[in-house]
Amino acid sequence: MNMDALHGAVAVLYVMSTLFYGVYLFKQKDGLQKAGLALMAGGFVFHTLFILTECVSIGYLPVYNLRLTLSMAAWSSAAVYFWIRYRYRIKVMGIYAAPLVACVYIISLNFPEIPAHAAELFKSVWLVVHVITVFIGEASLAMACGAGILYLIQEHGIKSKKRGFFYSRLPSLEQLDATGYAGIVIGFTAFTVGLIVGLVYAKLVWHRFASWDPKEIWSGISWLVYAALLHERIAVGWRGRRAAIMAIIGFVVLMFSFLGVTFLMGGHHGGFTQWQIPYKP
Amino acid sequence: MGDLPSGRYLISHDREGDEHKAMLDIVLTGLNHTTAPVELREKLAFNSEESAGAIEFLKAQPGIREVLLFSTCNRVEVLMTADNGQDAVEIAKKHISQVKNTPLDVFETNLYIHHGQEAVRHIFRVAASLDSMVIGEPQILGQIKEAFRTAVLKKASGVILNRLFHRAFNVAKRVRTETGIGDSAVSISYAAIELAKKIFGDLENRTVLLVGAGEMAELAVEHLIRNRVGDIFVANRTFERGVELASRFSGKAIRFEEIPSALETVDIIISSTGSPTVVISREMVKSAIRTRRNRALFFIDIAVPRDIDPEINRLNNCYVYDIDDLKGVIDGNVETRSKEAIKAERIVDEAVIRFEKWMEGLHIVPTIVDLRDKMKAMAAMELEKTMGSSLKHLSEKEKMAVARMSEALLNKILHDPIQFLKNGGCHRDESVYLSLVRVLFNLDGTD
Repeated sequence: MNMDALHGAVAVLYVMSTLFYGVYLFKQKDGLQKAGLALMAGGFVFHTLFILTECVSIGYLPVYNLRLTLSMAAWSSAAVYFWIRYRYRIKVMGIYAAPLVACVYIISLNFPEIPAHAAELFKSVWLVVHVITVFIGEASLAMACGAGILYLIQEHGIKSKKRGFFYSRLPSLEQLDATGYAGIVIGFTAFTVGLIVGLVYAKLVWHRFASWDPKEIWSGISWLVYAALLHERIAVGWRGRRAAIMAIIGFVVLMFSFLGVTFLMGGHHGGFTQWQIPYKP
Repeated sequence: MGDLPSGRYLISHDREGDEHKAMLDIVLTGLNHTTAPVELREKLAFNSEESAGAIEFLKAQPGIREVLLFSTCNRVEVLMTADNGQDAVEIAKKHISQVKNTPLDVFETNLYIHHGQEAVRHIFRVAASLDSMVIGEPQILGQIKEAFRTAVLKKASGVILNRLFHRAFNVAKRVRTETGIGDSAVSISYAAIELAKKIFGDLENRTVLLVGAGEMAELAVEHLIRNRVGDIFVANRTFERGVELASRFSGKAIRFEEIPSALETVDIIISSTGSPTVVISREMVKSAIRTRRNRALFFIDIAVPRDIDPEINRLNNCYVYDIDDLKGVIDGNVETRSKEAIKAERIVDEAVIRFEKWMEGLHIVPTIVDLRDKMKAMAAMELEKTMGSSLKHLSEKEKMAVARMSEALLNKILHDPIQFLKNGGCHRDESVYLSLVRVLFNLDGTD
């Protein structure tokens, strides 16, 4: 199979989906939103196909460089969006999800294809579980962040009594809050499982649970942010505006631990996120 | 037929050269919120048994073929198809006066009468909520559907009213989906409900606290009840008055001093008291927030001077809208709505023209012409095909003979159906068969 053509098809479908959702935001015709969803689903099918062929040909999950990791991030975001779209029927989330998926995917294509160098590390089932849960978790938390942003926009409209462009286009505060909360519960659960599996795997490979690698530290920090948010929600009913702001802050910290650490600090996760071709004398 | 008033639908019984002609008129009479005050509308409103009785009575009158009666708080209307519209209107007026025990001269000047095309337009506009007191309000369509169902159950709706109402539902749906007319609220209480929906989503089982009393506040509570809210609490300075109001909404009366504790549970507060000072203060709400676990609170302050401290709007998850804020919402909406109404009227115009065409098709002559034309066109096409291929070798003379044969065949086949149509199908209402023929032979193209 021609991989370049496949990448192109996925990118085009994701971008088209973004365009349709964008026009939907202005025109509010239901057909546009349906077309956006269908295009995204089309892109997702090809994307899945790519990941599967890659898995079969190398025998393990294709996450050994930044290009593939980002591609996986786009894929899981799309998957989680479909779930949220059907579970909570928030059509308008597409205006957040489609550009997110398209951008992450296109950025991933701009990183070089670097071959894996420690293949043995990638062959464990522990790693597969670690990667999948962490990615599903991060994608859910990304959706929670999106719901939080939309919540703040809608809330501002109602509070300031100006309403404006988004007022009629966004769903109720209650619905946005519920969606954000669902994203956080699922994201946090998956993320927690992912971290635990990661620690156990670290124990198996490097014979210690934590090595105070920067990525571990920052992941821990983002885990704490979400833990605090959930605790407050359950204990004193933190909801609405505060919950939305926390969901956004949590995701920013999470993104820093995913990307910021990769570019600025290095560490043993570098193997998953190689983005520079290693210098060979 | 040239001397008949324009805009009237006429169906002629063209009986074998017989000069006898019967006309079928669509006629509507009634009154609405623009022509009659509420006292009169109340007096003339028909409940469901009265409507059913009136339909039966009118249907039994000679010359009246189809009847539909439509009664809501804003209008009472009778729609009929009749051989003579004017006579039918007189009968209907007398019947209303009799049933409602009101002399005719009390309401005669408030009545409007529409014939033909105008009656059709009126029905389309009513169904699309363009004739409502609050333009674009959604209840009217359900009420019309109910009235149509009653007419159908009473077998008082025939070919024409069936078609008319299916078109009307279609117009209403188009207006709703293609224009923004129903998108925004234009009354205070509607605006408040719209906002509540944007905050809470579903209003089902949300609890409401009504503080004080007043027409607008009570209207808002009624709207909320229609949206299936949960418990309703009523707080009034005089407890007895509160009990009285609460029983109207089947809610619970609470004492004024209980308001702070009620704030811990209710979701929507509508306030309309004559108090010169603030009734609900920021501190009251602030101390309730923790017990409420931050669930949203929506305050609708209809009182002037205001009952609810505007500072409450700054608290997290609390929203305060006073009368001016709600007016601001409406002003914006009225503007967009009148723009959308222009689009809606265009949709109605289109539908009226299409309906008129369909009615014209119900004339016997055009139907026969259409039927013949369609068959002829088919025969000519098949002939051409066959002559051009398998019978290419025939001489001109032979070709002519085949063509003549096909025409003779066609005339023989169509003879009986056309005779049947010309005799009015031996049915009291010949439009039944005309419309059947048009559907059977697909004379109007696929719709």
